[in-house]
Amino acid sequence: MLKINNLHARVEDKEILRGINLTVNAGEVHAIMGPNGSGKSTLAAVIAGKEEFEITEGEIFLEGENLEDNSPEDRAHKGIFLSFQYPVEIPGVSVTNFMKTAINESRKAKGLEDMPAKDMLKLIREKSEMLEIDRKFLSRSLNEGFSGGEKKRNEIFQMAMLEPKLAILDETDSGLDIDALRIVANGVNKLKSKDNAVIVITHYQRLLEYIVPDFVHVLHNGKIVKSGTKDLALELEEKGYDWLKQETVI
Amino acid sequence: MDLKEKLVSSFLAFENGVDVDNPVHDIRTEAIKNFEAKGFPTKKEEAWKYTSLNTLQKIDYSIFPKKENMLEYRDVKKYFIHEIDTFKIVFVDGVYSSFLSETTHDGVDVCLMSSALNKPMYKQIIDVYFNKIASKDDSLTTLNTAFSKEGAYIYIPKNKIPKKPIEIVHFSTGNEAALLLQPRNLIIAEENAELQIIERHQSLTANEVFTNSVTEIYAAKNSNVDYYKVQNDLTTASLIDNTYIDQKDGSVVKVHTFSFGGKLTRNNLNFYQNGERIDSTMKGVTIIEEKQHIDHHTLVHHIQPNCESHQDYKGIYGENATGVFNGKIIVDKIAQKTNAFQQNNNILMSDKATINTKPQLEIFADDVKCSHGCTIGQLDEEALFYLQSRGIPKKEARALLMYAFANNVLESVRIPELKVRINKLIANKLGVRLGFDL
Repeated sequence: MLKINNLHARVEDKEILRGINLTVNAGEVHAIMGPNGSGKSTLAAVIAGKEEFEITEGEIFLEGENLEDNSPEDRAHKGIFLSFQYPVEIPGVSVTNFMKTAINESRKAKGLEDMPAKDMLKLIREKSEMLEIDRKFLSRSLNEGFSGGEKKRNEIFQMAMLEPKLAILDETDSGLDIDALRIVANGVNKLKSKDNAVIVITHYQRLLEYIVPDFVHVLHNGKIVKSGTKDLALELEEKGYDWLKQETVI
Repeated sequence: MDLKEKLVSSFLAFENGVDVDNPVHDIRTEAIKNFEAKGFPTKKEEAWKYTSLNTLQKIDYSIFPKKENMLEYRDVKKYFIHEIDTFKIVFVDGVYSSFLSETTHDGVDVCLMSSALNKPMYKQIIDVYFNKIASKDDSLTTLNTAFSKEGAYIYIPKNKIPKKPIEIVHFSTGNEAALLLQPRNLIIAEENAELQIIERHQSLTANEVFTNSVTEIYAAKNSNVDYYKVQNDLTTASLIDNTYIDQKDGSVVKVHTFSFGGKLTRNNLNFYQNGERIDSTMKGVTIIEEKQHIDHHTLVHHIQPNCESHQDYKGIYGENATGVFNGKIIVDKIAQKTNAFQQNNNILMSDKATINTKPQLEIFADDVKCSHGCTIGQLDEEALFYLQSRGIPKKEARALLMYAFANNVLESVRIPELKVRINKLIANKLGVRLGFDL
C-alpha cells in the first residue's frame, strides 16, 4: 500500500524528517508515536503532499506509484486521506455541500459523472448515522463554531464519505472526551477492511485501546527509532519517551 | 477643450431642453457655477489621493445622446432579477425606456424624475426634498445637480410597502463612441414605509461610458430601506456613485454594494442620522482584477444620540487591481450612546494588487462605542491544503476560501433571488463550478 524510503524533508532551513523508512500493507493499522516535535505531523503532511515541505531525499510510493510531483488533490484522488489535528473553518459552506464538492471532484478526476443527488443523500445519511451525527449538523458551515469533538467527528465523517485506501489520523484523539473518542474509534474500525490501511498518529496510548494497531513505531528527531507490536505502546505509556531518547543518543 | 470646459459650455444647450422658469432651474444654475469654480477633484485633495480622474477627463464624451436605441427584453433579461416580479425603471443611454420599464402610481409612486421635476402635483415634494441632503459643494455632485433632469423618482407614503422590489437599471448601448450619463434619483420613504431597491449600471459594448450618479434617499421615522447596488460592469465603464441618505428617528437603512467590475468605480456613500434610534448599515463585497480600480468612501454622521452604524466591507483584489476603503465616522458632541462599528478586510491575490484602507474617526461625544478594524492578507495556506487534501483542486479550493471570506456580507441580503444571483456572480467571478449553488 504505502512504502516510504529514506525520506528526508525540511521546511525552510530546518530539517525535520531525517531518513524515514516505513512500509504499510493493506489491511494493517500502524501507530506512530513520539514526543512533541519529533516530526509526526510533518510526516503526515508530507505524505498528504503539503507543499510547504521540501523533500530533499527519498521517495513515497502508493501502490507502487511514486507520489513525487503529485499535488495534495492528486493524492486525495488516489486514495490518501489526512484527518487534521486542527480542521479549518469554512464559513458559508455547509458540511453537505463541502462533501458534494469533494466527492464529485474525486469522481471527475477518475472520469466519472457527478454522483446522482439521490445516491449522495443516501450516502450522507448512512455515514452520518454511523458516526452518530445529527442531521442539523450537516447543514452547518464547515467546522465553524464546532467544538473540538465535533470537528474530529466531522473529520472521520469525511473519511467515511471519501473511503480512502490510506487514512492518516493526525492526533485525532486530542480534545476528545471518552464518549467522543469511542464514537470516532468505532467509526474508524467500521471503515477498516483488508483493502485499506490506517496510520494513527498519537501522543498517548489511549486511542490505541480502541483502534488496535498491528505495528507501533516511535518517531524521534525525524527518524523511526523503534518499531514493535502494540505492547510497545504500553511500554511507552509506562516509561515515557526519555529512555528511548537515551538509547538513541548512545 | 477639456471635459470641464465642455460640460460648462454644454450647460447652455442643456437649458434649451428644460423649463428654465421652474425653481429647480435656479438650483441647477447655482450648481453649475459651483462646478465651474471647483472643477474635477484632483489627487491633491485628501479624499481623492488614491483615485485619479485624469484619464477619464481625456475622453471625448457625448453629453447628450443623439439617437434612441431600442433594446429587446430578451437580450437584456439576464441583467434583471427576472426570477421575481419587480417594478422596473429602465434607462437606455440615459433615456427612459417605457418598453422595458414597469412603473406604478398605485398607492406608491415608482416613476421618473423628469415627471417629478415638471408636474405640478409633485412640486411640493420637490420643494421639500430635491437637493436638500445632497452636497452643495462636492464638485461631482454639483455637476450632476446642474444637469439633473432624469432618473428614478420613488415616493412611498406613510405605512405603505410596495408590492415588489424596485429595479433601477441603466443600460448603455455603445451608440456613441463615449457617453457621459448623469442620472439623478430621489427616493422618499415616509413614516413606517418600507422598500427594497436594486440598482445596476450595465454597459453592453466596449465603448467608453462614464456615469456620474446622484441619489438622495430620505428615510422618515421608523421607515425601512434596503438598497442593493450591483456593480458588475465592463472594463470600459466608469461609475461615480454619490449617495446621500437622510435618516429620521427609528429608521433602518441598509446599503449593500457588490463591486465585481468596472474600469473605475467610486462610491461616495453618505449617511446623516438626523434622529434617534437610527440604524445605518453599509456592507460591501468587492472582487476585482486586471487594472480595475474601486474606491469606497463612506461617511456616517452621528448627529443625534442613541444611534447605531455598522460597516462591513470585504475586498479581494487580483492582478493589478487597486482598491481604496475610507470610512469616516463623525460623532457629534450630543450624539451620546452612539454605537459605531466598522470593519474592512482585504485579500490581495497578487503582488501587484494594492489596497489603501483608512478609518477616519472624529468623535466629539464621550459616552460612545466605536470600533474599527482593517486587515490585509493573503489566503490561508493551511486552509488551502485542508481543502486540497479532500480532493478539491487548488483553483476551486481558492474560490471556496474566497467565498467563505466574503460570505457573511451576504447574510443580510433579504431578497433570496438576489442572494442567489450574487452568489452566482461570485462563482463566475472566481471562475469555478463548485457542484452546488453557493
